Amino acid sequence: MNHQELNNRLSEIKNKLISIEQKSDKRIFLLCEAENSYAVNKFLFEDVKARFCIVTGIDSDDCFELLYHYSYDQTGCVITIKAFIRDRKNPAIESITPFLPAAEWIEREIHDILGIDFRNHPNMRRLILSDDWPDGVYPLRKDVSPNEAKELKK
Amino acid sequence: MKETVRKSVLAVGPFHPLQEEMEFFQLTIDGEKVTDIDVRLSYNHRGIEKISESLQFDQVPFLVSRVCGICSASHPLAYVQAVEELAGVKPPERALYVRTIINELERIHSHLLWVGLAGHFIGYDTVFMWAWKYREPVLDLLEEISGNRNQYGNVRVGGCRENVPNETIPKILKELDKIEKKTEMLTKAVLDDPVLHARLKGVGILKKEDAIKYAVTGPTARGSGVAIDVRRDDPYAAYGELDWNVISQPEGDVFAKAVVRLLETFESIKIVRQALKKLPEGPITTEVKQIPPGEGIGHVEAPRGETFHYVRSDGGNRPVRHKIRAPSYVNVPSFKASCIGQDIADVTITLAAVDPCYSCTERLATVDRHGSITHDGEALLQLSREKTQRIKKDIGATELKLEDF
Repeated sequence: MNHQELNNRLSEIKNKLISIEQKSDKRIFLLCEAENSYAVNKFLFEDVKARFCIVTGIDSDDCFELLYHYSYDQTGCVITIKAFIRDRKNPAIESITPFLPAAEWIEREIHDILGIDFRNHPNMRRLILSDDWPDGVYPLRKDVSPNEAKELKK
Repeated sequence: MKETVRKSVLAVGPFHPLQEEMEFFQLTIDGEKVTDIDVRLSYNHRGIEKISESLQFDQVPFLVSRVCGICSASHPLAYVQAVEELAGVKPPERALYVRTIINELERIHSHLLWVGLAGHFIGYDTVFMWAWKYREPVLDLLEEISGNRNQYGNVRVGGCRENVPNETIPKILKELDKIEKKTEMLTKAVLDDPVLHARLKGVGILKKEDAIKYAVTGPTARGSGVAIDVRRDDPYAAYGELDWNVISQPEGDVFAKAVVRLLETFESIKIVRQALKKLPEGPITTEVKQIPPGEGIGHVEAPRGETFHYVRSDGGNRPVRHKIRAPSYVNVPSFKASCIGQDIADVTITLAAVDPCYSCTERLATVDRHGSITHDGEALLQLSREKTQRIKKDIGATELKLEDF
C-alpha cells in the first residue's frame, strides 16, 4: 500500500473517529472517544496490518488521553490513535490485549502509574510498582510532583 | 488416594550485578521441558519519564542517554528527533552524518558484545574473548570522536555537540579495515562450526506469526523473517543517502538471530565507511530558540530494535509528557512464545538470543515445591555448557585453539 491507498483504507473507519489529522506523510493521528478505541485498534492491527509500537498515557487537564502508536512499515508511517477518556473519576477503557498480546505490559503499566482500568485484560497485576506501593496513588498523574513520587519510593 | 500434581518452578532472577536491568523469570517445568513462563520486572524502575517532565528540553538528552549504557546514542537521538519534529527544526547536513557514524559504531560494538556473551553462555569462552577483544577498538574510536567510550552525550536539539574532525577520518577508516577483517574471521569461525549448528539451530524458535503478534523489533524480528528496519522504512539522519542492506533470516531460531547480528555488523561498517567518505563540510548545529506547543514522534533503530520516543510540549521550556519505549520492552514478552516447550539447558541461550539488556542468568536457581534450592546459577550454566560438550563429542569435533587462526 502506498500513502494514498493507506489514507483511503483509514477513511473506512471514519464513522468511529472524531477526526483524522495528517501532520505529514509519515505521521497520522486518528482521534476517537474511549468507547471506539477497541474497534479502531482492531481495525488497524488486523485489517491494515500495522505494527504495534506502544501506548502513551497522558494526564491532560480535563481528561486522560491514550495514544496507541502503530507503525505501518511499508511506507514508514507512524499512525497514532488518540483516545480520550472523559471520566476522570473512574477512568476505564476496553483492553486490546485479547487480540494483541504485545499490549499486555503497557496496559498493566498504565494501570499502575495513571490508574486507568483496562476492561477484560487477562492479567491485570502490578507491573512496575512494588507490592507495598499505596493503593490509589498514581505517580504519573500531574497532581503528584516528582519529589513526592521520590518520597513515596522510600 | 488422591493424585497430586507436582509442579516445579524454576526461578530466574531477579538480580544481575553486571547489568542495569533486573528481571525475574519464573519458569514452570515438567521434567526437562518448560511449560510456562511468567515475567516480573521493574526492580530498578527509575521513573525517567517523570523526571524528564522536570528537566529543560536541552537537559533531557543527557538523562535519556542513561536509559541504557549500550544504547546511549539511540535514545538521545530518538528524543531529539521527536523534538525537532515538533519544533520544525532541520539540523545541518554534517550533523546528520555525524549522528549516523556514531549510531553505527554503537551497533558494531553492541553486536560484538552480544556475540561474546552468547558464546560465554554456551561454553564457548574463546568466542567471548575474541569478540570482546575486537570490540575494544570500536570503543576507542567512539572515545576519539565524542570524548567517551560510552555515554557519548553527543546529540542536541538542532545538531550535534562534537564533530568528527576531518583529520581523524583516515585513522578511523584504517581502524575499520582491521575491525572488518577480524569480524570476518570471527563470523567464519562461528558460522562454519558444526557444534554451533547443532547447538543453536532449531532452538528457541520464534515463529513469524508470533513475531507479529508480540510486535517484536530489531534482530529479533529480522531473525524471524519480518524484514523491518526503521533506518530503511522511515529514514532519519543520513541513512536515506547511503547504500546498505537489511539482513533477515526466515528460521526464527537462535542461530538465525546470531547470523543476522553478525552480518549486520558488516553492513554497519559499510555505512560508517560511506558516511565518512561523503561527510559534507559545514556547521554541526543550528540555533533553536524556542520549542512551540505541539507533539512529536522520533524512532530510531537501536542495536536491539526500534527505540520509540513521544514528546509533547505546551510551549514552556520543559516537556509535559515524554514517553520512552526501549526495544526490549516488546522483545522480552516474546519469550512466552519462544521458551515454552524448550529444554531447560536451552533457556539460557534462548533468553539471551533476544539480547535483552541481559540480566539474571547468573542468579538462576531451581526451587522445588518446598522452596529449598537444589540448583544454583552455576549449576544451570553448567547444564548449558555440558550440552555443548555432549554435542561436540557426538560430532567428534576437535577443540578450537586460538593458534588455529
